[in-house]
Amino acid sequence: MNDASPAPPKSAVKPIISFRNIVKKFGSMVAVDNVSLDIEPGEFFALLGPSGCGKTTLLRMLAGLEVPTEGEILIDGQDMRTIPANKRPVNMVFQSYAVFPHMSVADNVAYGLKIDRVPEPERKTRVQEALDLVQLGHLAARMPDQLSGGQRQRVALARALVKRPKVLLLDEPLSALDAKLREAMRFELSQLQQKVGITFIMVTHDQDEALAIASRIAVMNKGSIAQLGTPSDLYEFPASRFVADFIGSVNMFEGTLVRDEPDEAVVDCPELAPHAVHLPHAVPGKVNTPVWVAIRPEKITLHKDSGTPPTPAECPAGHNIAKGVIREISYLGDTSIFHIDTGKGNLIRVSRPNRSRWDQDSFDWKEQVWVSWAGSSPVVLLS
Amino acid sequence: MRTAKDRPAPLEYNRRWSMRLWLTGVFIFLYAPLMALVAFSFNDSKRNIVWKGFTLKYYGQLFRNDDLMIAFANSLTIAFVATLLSLVLGTLAAVLLWRFRFPGKAAVEGAMALPIVVPEICMGVAMLVFFSSVVPWPNNLVWPFNLGAIIIAHVSFCFPFVAMVVRARLANFNKEQEEAAKDLGASEWQAFRDILIPHIRPALIAGALLSFTLSLDDFVITFFTSGPNTVTFPVKVYSMVRFSVTPEVNAASTMLILLTVVLMVLGALMQKSSQRRS
Repeated sequence: MNDASPAPPKSAVKPIISFRNIVKKFGSMVAVDNVSLDIEPGEFFALLGPSGCGKTTLLRMLAGLEVPTEGEILIDGQDMRTIPANKRPVNMVFQSYAVFPHMSVADNVAYGLKIDRVPEPERKTRVQEALDLVQLGHLAARMPDQLSGGQRQRVALARALVKRPKVLLLDEPLSALDAKLREAMRFELSQLQQKVGITFIMVTHDQDEALAIASRIAVMNKGSIAQLGTPSDLYEFPASRFVADFIGSVNMFEGTLVRDEPDEAVVDCPELAPHAVHLPHAVPGKVNTPVWVAIRPEKITLHKDSGTPPTPAECPAGHNIAKGVIREISYLGDTSIFHIDTGKGNLIRVSRPNRSRWDQDSFDWKEQVWVSWAGSSPVVLLS
Repeated sequence: MRTAKDRPAPLEYNRRWSMRLWLTGVFIFLYAPLMALVAFSFNDSKRNIVWKGFTLKYYGQLFRNDDLMIAFANSLTIAFVATLLSLVLGTLAAVLLWRFRFPGKAAVEGAMALPIVVPEICMGVAMLVFFSSVVPWPNNLVWPFNLGAIIIAHVSFCFPFVAMVVRARLANFNKEQEEAAKDLGASEWQAFRDILIPHIRPALIAGALLSFTLSLDDFVITFFTSGPNTVTFPVKVYSMVRFSVTPEVNAASTMLILLTVVLMVLGALMQKSSQRRS
């Protein structure tokens, strides 16, 4: 159950996109380092990573705007090596949207069809369809400088979709929008993808965005794929400290694996002493070697300190406990984040939903508390 | 009684008498000579030293002066052709310098600005030497080919101006727009024509205007490259002045000023309409 990165299912479906051993160098800088990746038709795939991890370069190579130094890219089984950007069956929504400022909304959307010499009557209906799809039908005659950021993005979407690409590429599609609109557009993007039924590939540095929209995510770091999986795979079973830390927030404790049996593993973490971390299952790693224990803040429970450890009623057997002092409380509205000082190094982050408007047993700064978590909550990481 | 409203606010410089005085001084300094020139073109006097009365006869004389009219036609032709060539060359140079990185790029950029900074007299002498001994331009060609040497000389100092303004405009071009065009199926040329050209349109208008006016009123370089059959308007005016400053010279100069002003206004209007579109 702790197999952190399950092998990608060998399905019978032919991948729509295949990256095979892709390497991209800019001078001596390696931007993409031997990436192989299959994306299936109909997926909403996200390339997620910090800036400079090579995710945009990967997307641009797919669009034909960069040429791989090594390796091959297949789109729908066809090798793209000799096919220039303007002949590829993919279309892109650029980060800046790149709406042509001297053309009306309708002309922007019609541009790709004009280049393809689609006859006028068909072109008109397709442009109208595409604009209706993104709810811009009533703004067809507007110029781009009369549009809001969100509307401009819709123009970019319609302009790409009107060409009926096999794959739609989105480069940081939501990063230029304000927070409220971003949330609304997340939902709309996945609705749109279901409506048009084609593969979407999105590049983003925003983990919330990727978790919320994507059906599968490749987390990239320093030019390689750190982990590939569904949002919940990545969040609940991160394969490395990088992934655990990059997706969501996490408490990380360095320790030594002292026991590893099929039904119990024990990790000694100096920061949590005198309590060791007990897990009800075997973990990767060798006994007496250093490992890291990662626990998500929302999986930790806070208990009032009544002089003794929490009773079994509050904290069932098999739970791990530790004692500390509340150093800081951030009230976020829906949840509060508590920083617990165990006196041995890092603060433990605990998040607690604010379920009631009057929190009867609210915790206060500098209060002595116990924290506990189920034995199956933490993940043991080797790297 | 002075209220707070009567007194100029801290940033209302145009309401301070000292500023107004200064501004008036500047306008007099800039425009008084020109006004005098225009006024005396209507002076009914051959010597043109004192005001003798209003007349339009020198304008009539101007249009009956065949030599001057030929010179005027030459000037317009030269300016038109030189502007076209400068636009093409300057735009290509600007796009090249913007798009590509190559060894010696800095040197090319510097060399491009050279015709702008080199003293005109040097350019003139250089052109004279060039067209008389390096690449002699045949002087018995039919009009307008006999103007070739002057046109080439004018292009050489006009196109760097075009390149400069186009380059400045390209600096704020969002390259993703060009990539988007290609992504939508446009070839290199289609993307250039449909996306890049509309973006640099205001710079092309400004560059064309600059080239046209620079070429139209250039005297020094033209003086060295023109022959007896290829006299331009400024050169002709100069030769007229050598005999005496008659009102006819004033009238000719006024026409030149008028033409330049009309061109400027036209250019500004085109600029405005293209800005509204982009």
